[in-house]
Amino acid sequence: MQWETVIGLEIHAQLATKSKIFSAASTAFGAEPNTQACAVDLGLPGVLPVLNKEVVNMAIKFGVAIDAEIGRESVFARKNYFYPDLPKGYQISQMDLPIVGKGQLTISPEEGTSKVIGITRAHLEEDAGKSLHDQFPGQTGVDLNRAGTPLLEIVSDPDISSAKEAVAYARKIHSLVQFIEICDGNMAQGSLRCDANVSVRPVGQQELGTRAEIKNINSFRFLERAINFEIERQIDLIEDGGTVVQETRLYDSEKNETRSMRSKEEANDYRYFPDPDLLPVRVTDEDIERIRATLPELPEQKRLRYINELKLSDYNSELLSSSREIADFFETALAQLPGQSSLLANWILGDLTGALNKSEMGFADSPINPEQLAGLLKRINDNTISGKIAKEVFEAMWNGEGSADEIIDSKGLKQITDSGAIEKLIDDVIAENPGQVEQFRAGKEKVLGFFVGQIMKQSKGKANPGQVNQLLREKLKP
Amino acid sequence: MSLKTEDVKNIAHLARLAIDDDAVADYASDLSNILDLVDQMNQVNTDNVQPMAHPMDSQQRLRDDEASEPNQRDKFQSVAPDVESGLYRVPKVIE
Amino acid sequence: MNKNTSSTIKELQTGLAQGKFSSTEITADYLTKINLLNPDINAFITVTQEKALEQAKVADKIIADGKGTALTGIPLAHKDIFCTDGTRTTCGSRMLEDFKAPYNANVIENFENQHTVMLGKTNMDEFAMGSSNENSFYGPVKNPWAMDSVPGGSSGGSAAAVAAGLAPAATGTDTGGSIRQPAAFCGITGLKPTYGRVSRYGMIAYASSLDQGGPMAHTAEDCAILLQSMAGFDKRDSTSIDKEIPDYTASLNNNLSGLKIGLPKEYFAEGLNVDVAKNIDEAIKQYEKMGAVIKDISLPNSKIAIPTYYVVAMAECSSNLSRFDGVRFGHRCEDPKDLEDLYKRSRGEGFGEEVKRRILIGAYTLSAGYYDAFYLKAQKLRRLISQDFTTAFEEVDIIAGPTTPEVAWVTGDKSDDPVSMYLQDIYTISVNLAGLPGMSIPAGFADEKPVGLQLIGNYFDESRLLNAAHQFQQNTDWHQMSPEEK
Repeated sequence: MQWETVIGLEIHAQLATKSKIFSAASTAFGAEPNTQACAVDLGLPGVLPVLNKEVVNMAIKFGVAIDAEIGRESVFARKNYFYPDLPKGYQISQMDLPIVGKGQLTISPEEGTSKVIGITRAHLEEDAGKSLHDQFPGQTGVDLNRAGTPLLEIVSDPDISSAKEAVAYARKIHSLVQFIEICDGNMAQGSLRCDANVSVRPVGQQELGTRAEIKNINSFRFLERAINFEIERQIDLIEDGGTVVQETRLYDSEKNETRSMRSKEEANDYRYFPDPDLLPVRVTDEDIERIRATLPELPEQKRLRYINELKLSDYNSELLSSSREIADFFETALAQLPGQSSLLANWILGDLTGALNKSEMGFADSPINPEQLAGLLKRINDNTISGKIAKEVFEAMWNGEGSADEIIDSKGLKQITDSGAIEKLIDDVIAENPGQVEQFRAGKEKVLGFFVGQIMKQSKGKANPGQVNQLLREKLKP
Repeated sequence: MSLKTEDVKNIAHLARLAIDDDAVADYASDLSNILDLVDQMNQVNTDNVQPMAHPMDSQQRLRDDEASEPNQRDKFQSVAPDVESGLYRVPKVIE
Repeated sequence: MNKNTSSTIKELQTGLAQGKFSSTEITADYLTKINLLNPDINAFITVTQEKALEQAKVADKIIADGKGTALTGIPLAHKDIFCTDGTRTTCGSRMLEDFKAPYNANVIENFENQHTVMLGKTNMDEFAMGSSNENSFYGPVKNPWAMDSVPGGSSGGSAAAVAAGLAPAATGTDTGGSIRQPAAFCGITGLKPTYGRVSRYGMIAYASSLDQGGPMAHTAEDCAILLQSMAGFDKRDSTSIDKEIPDYTASLNNNLSGLKIGLPKEYFAEGLNVDVAKNIDEAIKQYEKMGAVIKDISLPNSKIAIPTYYVVAMAECSSNLSRFDGVRFGHRCEDPKDLEDLYKRSRGEGFGEEVKRRILIGAYTLSAGYYDAFYLKAQKLRRLISQDFTTAFEEVDIIAGPTTPEVAWVTGDKSDDPVSMYLQDIYTISVNLAGLPGMSIPAGFADEKPVGLQLIGNYFDESRLLNAAHQFQQNTDWHQMSPEEK
């Protein structure tokens, strides 16, 4: 039996506003319990919600970034259920008329492939507080600091077919929301949480299988594992004659398994209805254009431009366009070194990224700035130094020893291009190694490498390799 | 429209209201009477009528994004039934 | 009794300004009367004796310094639905029996800014659900005109307090008639403003799209004075309207000549008590004498207003009352064995029968599969009902009729039949659904109990309503009668 998987992801992104969606309490992370929960957040009798302007702006930004329809009139609805971290006994969310409608995102789950994932909608809602189960024996402690933090819930179409695709999609959303500066993307702090709806069906079957929802996954690694576990669990279950139950499950990262959430076993009747304390949110064409104008060139546009205009590989384009910092770095350097996008891409994604990772730094803190890197690569281009020497210079630059030119100068690393000087080096090495000369002339091509090595050694790596090769062959002719 | 005792129990659970077993029948009867009243709504045709959520046709006003609320935890928690270390306490929830 | 306790606000303002008496003196007078009569009438749940005298003292100083404003030093009673910082706010319920609100409602802030005096918090139907004040955890309220009868509800305590001279005026709230109906039953004047005119911040919510706070007093003039302070934009309430507040007292004396008054035929049909009808007819004749032009109009969807109202109100309240869960404030049951138990018993014990009924119906009408048939249908009917008024106001300036179909009933007579109680709201309910302003003014007696005349205005036309009411009160003296003189 061949099985296929159908996955839909619901990603909750905490919007990076200063205050909450419906109150003026702070959203700053890490405060003492309940010190950032004002009367409105606590759901005290008589309090009322007032909508944060910035939240609307951020939602529209996201909608524009995924090419979505923006709801010109969106409505907040109450989702009614009882839980200790939900003070009002209802969550203010959006139901029938969300602020962002249908959109899409292109992902690249494997190098050279691309797939369009549809996004059904994105809507605004308030976050709940936190329930702490291990503080008091037999009791749960509730901290409502997080209650009221603005969330954008991004719902994908069930277009995802594997855990790998799910991770690619989630990563793309993760980098996009940071790119457009609506979310800080801090997974450890819960800024982005994924719920995965997973079902399986025999290949060829039209009907969708029953899905299970895995809630609150906050790392890409766990997302992949949880989904893979769940797929297997469902397949095994069905193959053993059982049926998949529609339910909510949690992923246990220690045991690497999903398990049913006992407290939410029964299907909840949320009794949605429009919140009478809030009025419809109206968004005009002007609002949308105004916000579109504040957006930088988006990752998708950059990616395509890098591929089509700069002729970079899909893979490199994806990486360079995914983060604002990397893209900015790349484009600033490129401005200094037009036409050398491939060279730059390799150095940024290779040497620079490697060095940054090793020192656990981000691009923003790089000791080598774009202009400086461009300066170094210029010298490779104009043959002042070889690629190999350039790595030496790079390291020196990293350690703050100066600009490329300064280091090349002070260390005397200029490439030797004078044919006379190279010929002299070649003559010396030939003279010292008659045996290898014989071997070469006898037909052993490989020995050339030996000679090149020796010449490079003598010249401390500065002899121009191209010229060395050419002149060496000439001189080795019988 | 008539509500059965089973219906009453279900809604009472949804609304988290404890109702004595001997009161359920009375509730069912009272609620059924109210629903009969409500049923009268069907006497009026509302095809093509737009629902009215608010008396005025206005739109939601937006608030500037400023964190201006001060910390009033002590005051707000002075009315709480069970607080410890700044946390509200309830019987343990098993997830 | 001291004459002062039958005073109007206008009289008290004059007296204070002229130094005839001090705020401390009149406050003490009212407190004395409250201590004497309230144990019987039960109009107050909490009497804030000490606080009142402190506030009066402060007010006297301010007046002496020449810094007093319109309401400085005036004693008022507040319906126990308004959150009052540091003072018990029960909403008529066991759920909030010991709840000291940690903040002030906007309405209370407005009054405190003028240094008024708070005599106490008045009794009410629990969570504003009721038309007789028989649904209060703190016991029923007696109608000062007929102590065996109900004062009306849900602002029964405020109405009775004013009628009995326990306060010169009081605040109330009106969701389906809860200011106007008790005003009618108790022979006083009450005004429900246009929806959005008075901020709902700090007013414990019953039905969010219908609730409005308003003044209850002896006269239209007093109501105008109070409304001046209650009205206004509040950025903490998203449904608060940012619109200029007119000077409500400035137009009280406008001539009524040519005023077009519409009489909806549906409000004078079967169900209206014959004696009440007689009083209303007389009142209308009085308006004609004052120069008004009377027109017959129709509000065809009136009948459907009651089920429409109840669906909307019950759905909204079932959700609004979910926050009362024993976790952060309010009643918590003893020794909850788990979370479910905590919720169910705290709420089961904290809420009374009528509240539970409405929560259950509300939850039912919103539950899966029923939303379209109930809530959505009701919202559509609401549109039709509002349109009836819009059409009518193209022809007339004000709509008039009886406030209630009968006078106050004997306590207990309707408590076994919730539906028969609901049907009492027939004339007031549509006004809330449409969001229009409405008033009730004393217009006579039937069966020795007060009869109220209802005036309904167009959106934000409170000035005209108050003007029409005031002129009626210049030409009649129903509003000056008190139960003591009867």
